[in-house]
Amino acid sequence: MAIGTIAHTPGAPPDEPPPLRATGKQRRMLLLLLVPGLAWLAVFFLVPIFTLLGTSTQTPAPTGEIGAFVQTFDFGNYARVIGEYQEQFARSFIYAGLATLFTLLIAYPLAYMIAFKAGRWRNLLLVLVVAPFFTSFVLRTLAWGQILADNGYIVRSMKFLHVIPQDATVTASAFAVVAGITYNFLPFMTLPLYASLERIDPRLIEAGGDLYGSAFTVLRKVTFPLSMPGVVAGTLLTFIPAAGDYVNASLLGNPRTQMIGNVVESRFFRVVDYPTAAALSFVLMAAILVLVFFYVRRAGTEELV
Amino acid sequence: MTKTWRWVRAHGLQIYAVIAFGYIFAPIAYIIVFSFNIPARSNLTWRGFTLANWKNPCGAPEVCTAVGNSLKIGITATLIATILGTMIAFALARYRFRGRTTTNLLIFLPMATPEVVLAASLLTLFLNMRVPLGYVTIVIAHVMFCISFVVVAVKARIAGLDPRLEQAAGDLYANEFQTFRRVTLPLVAPGIAGAALLAFSLSFDDFIITNFVSGNVNTFPKFVYVSAGRGVPAQAYVVGAFMFLLAMLIVMAVEGFRWRRESRLGS
Repeated sequence: MAIGTIAHTPGAPPDEPPPLRATGKQRRMLLLLLVPGLAWLAVFFLVPIFTLLGTSTQTPAPTGEIGAFVQTFDFGNYARVIGEYQEQFARSFIYAGLATLFTLLIAYPLAYMIAFKAGRWRNLLLVLVVAPFFTSFVLRTLAWGQILADNGYIVRSMKFLHVIPQDATVTASAFAVVAGITYNFLPFMTLPLYASLERIDPRLIEAGGDLYGSAFTVLRKVTFPLSMPGVVAGTLLTFIPAAGDYVNASLLGNPRTQMIGNVVESRFFRVVDYPTAAALSFVLMAAILVLVFFYVRRAGTEELV
Repeated sequence: MTKTWRWVRAHGLQIYAVIAFGYIFAPIAYIIVFSFNIPARSNLTWRGFTLANWKNPCGAPEVCTAVGNSLKIGITATLIATILGTMIAFALARYRFRGRTTTNLLIFLPMATPEVVLAASLLTLFLNMRVPLGYVTIVIAHVMFCISFVVVAVKARIAGLDPRLEQAAGDLYANEFQTFRRVTLPLVAPGIAGAALLAFSLSFDDFIITNFVSGNVNTFPKFVYVSAGRGVPAQAYVVGAFMFLLAMLIVMAVEGFRWRRESRLGS
């Protein structure tokens, strides 16, 4: 499947200069190929970003009619939503950050094992990694909530073994939300990690051992730095959707675990307050862009798409 | 004792992988098991084994309507996104042109934007233009976020082609169109098929964007989300379990076929 296709492209450099330079008849062909798809993206991705920006500076119509807003270029909306919802913003980034860290810790040994120790089972194991995608995302999240329920086997046996305190609640808690996000985005971390680990020449790792590096030193000085492109891609692929997610927070959490996505949803559909919802979305996007920009600069990799 | 310990140390990663896969499969196993639960208003506690849900998945009629809608939307969106995305992939893989970087950026950005932002911005567009929300708006949204994934998957396949195959076709007096039809397209076809499957599963499983632009059309993920509060019927678990088993069957068949071919070539 798609994963196979991506993982098995034999050493294709990501963006080598293509062989042909468009001229004359080819130009027409090129336009024919590009225009329909790009127009779709322009009209239904780029233009909406501007309507979002437009909506975010509107204020309720003086008539007081519900759902009617007029453009007043009120950028005060932004200051207002950031002040009013800073808690939910902080929560979104903290939950997403924690979940990203956990997925990295869980996925790295798994990806390493598949890349170096799986032999001919490799493809099968990769399929098993993405297996959760074959069921419904919402259903999976619900099931996870049931597994982690306070009266379920897991929580009861953990209490029995005194792993967690007797009076702890997991149902509808921040822990459950982070656990849900971690679970749901695990494949997004595992696949890029695998892809970059698989490209490492195993002889480099052996050489580290030959030079008396302990297993941990080799991991820290050889394997991990070489797998950096995968780490960066994986953390971005996990963090970005996780920060905007609200399904986990609403199915596994409580009103005090609401993330920014929950607020955007309720401002659109329960309160009919489009400008606030739009401003919140825009701030979320801008914050993520800034974070990603600095992260990619620090991680210093050029192998991103 | 030391022998056991040595074995554990030598196979530490494998043991870890078994535990990790146990974790990955826990909710899936839960869904499959609870699809055989005796139906009641909700499906939270185990009441006993029955095949009733599997025999009659439309026992909860809303489930079937929602799945029907999801299928209709999924097929339409996949068809459009696969065609448009494949065209862009060919353009990017085969031509050098001004605006390549911009094109790549336009493909990349929707994948890097959180769904809720895509959803909110599309909704503001539809509200501003007074487009009624429903099937059309859902399909528009799904095509938008599927195109990028199709482009990436198909482009990878085209880049992996051996250029000598097409040169050979040219040497054998095939014209450009014949080469494309008889050589290039069949070679790229598995990539296109994979991309279409990916697009379909993205569309079928999408909740956040769909929830924003669907008006009162119910899709399967939306149905599950909305009914989570008052109880999801066991039939929904049947749909989830069936989707999973079907997808696994397809993947295993493809994998088995490849495995056999490879071992035949190897021997």
